[in-house]
Amino acid sequence: MNDKVSRRKIITTGLAAVAGVSGLGVAATIADRYGLLAPDHQGVCGVGEALTYGAQRLLMASHSLAREFGRSEISKVHPVNHEHPDYDPYKRLLYGKFADWRLYVDGMVARPAAFSLDGLKRMPFRSQITELACEEGWSYIAEWTGVQLSYILNLVGASAKAKWVVLYPFNDFWGSIDMPEALHPQTLLAFGMNGEDLTADHGAPVRLRIPRQLGYKNLKFLARISVVDSLKNVGDGNGSAAPEIGYSWYGGI
Amino acid sequence: MQRHSALVRATHWIHAASFIALVLSGIAILLAYPRMHWGKTGTVGMPSLFDLPLPFVLDLGIRGPGRYLHFLAAWVTLFTGLVYLISELHTRHVRKDLLPRRSDLGLQSIRKLVLNHLRFRRPTEEEAQTYNLLQRLSYLGVVFVLLPFMFVSGFAMSPAIVSVFPIVETMFGGRQTARTLHFFAADLLVLFLVVHVAMVILSGFVKRCRAMITGYATPRKARS
Repeated sequence: MNDKVSRRKIITTGLAAVAGVSGLGVAATIADRYGLLAPDHQGVCGVGEALTYGAQRLLMASHSLAREFGRSEISKVHPVNHEHPDYDPYKRLLYGKFADWRLYVDGMVARPAAFSLDGLKRMPFRSQITELACEEGWSYIAEWTGVQLSYILNLVGASAKAKWVVLYPFNDFWGSIDMPEALHPQTLLAFGMNGEDLTADHGAPVRLRIPRQLGYKNLKFLARISVVDSLKNVGDGNGSAAPEIGYSWYGGI
Repeated sequence: MQRHSALVRATHWIHAASFIALVLSGIAILLAYPRMHWGKTGTVGMPSLFDLPLPFVLDLGIRGPGRYLHFLAAWVTLFTGLVYLISELHTRHVRKDLLPRRSDLGLQSIRKLVLNHLRFRRPTEEEAQTYNLLQRLSYLGVVFVLLPFMFVSGFAMSPAIVSVFPIVETMFGGRQTARTLHFFAADLLVLFLVVHVAMVILSGFVKRCRAMITGYATPRKARS
């Protein structure tokens, strides 16, 4: 091997590396502008998360719908892997059949509101038979009934500048979804399951149902929804509690 | 004579690393629910196809990081694989070194090859210059059948991808079937790795590793 060539090689490799890193920076800025950058994109594994979210968000720009199934395909077993919160305020509401429960909607909205369960049930609702797939590997099919989140966001006048919807449940497992997912027609604030009220262990009074993402993004026991344009100051800035325990914010895979 | 091109060597080792990462993280994910189903759905309380003799590991904190790593390594495998495929189709590596040669396909040569393998007879230096039929078929199977199958069956487990391309899931008959087949194809890839490493050891570990690192089976001094 000749020394000149190897020096030239080192210089070109160095330049390529610098170009690559700055290219990544530019790509991240552009991706962020078009809503293609996952909030937990930092760190070593964040590269994979950024690629997965960016690619799937682009694919789903076609407004794809999750598969819906026939009534005969509804599963006979619907496992619960996290029971309802053992938390006094929640248990009191459960005992009172959620008569005193309110869903608070705030943030970048023209008309912040608090909806009662009866109020939600009187809104136009939608029923859909979809699959719920847990990241653990198991899955089942059930029918969920609820109000489209887009209907609520429209009702409170969510700002056009908003980018994320943050969801706070009665436990610590808060989360967020992007605006395209929040406005998706199959994204429901579900209060019914298989023709009955949602049971406590399945997320009563209301759970998020987003069938294009895995089970853990379908937050249960909702208490408050907040519309924001940045997740930087929400929690530790990674968009949900999931990254804190090692899980990706995005649950499309 | 150069044994492996720089591109083959680089992609080989990147794939080696990303494959190990995929296997380890895959095991971390599998351990949450080491039970296989067939069809659309499957949970505890439903009949399973079979249960692996493994514990249900839920509280160890390996699955979340495992999932991050699994998809990161999948991206690395995809990009490296595409670079390999495009360049190797271009340099005719696939046609020249991987597609079976006409002369390999005679009954006589197949018989001799199988017998040599059964007797654990090492290849002669001349034979080791190129891939034999069994090697060619395994490499073709890994590159063009198993690895693409891993991606497709993995896609079938992504609710987002399935919403865009339902065929990815429906062609398997359901998510759980795709998961089970993803598991079996991964087993075949691990089997390939074990046999591959065993063959490298049997046919001269140092020489084969040197060839895959420097490009040459013989040390530089011996070459000049």
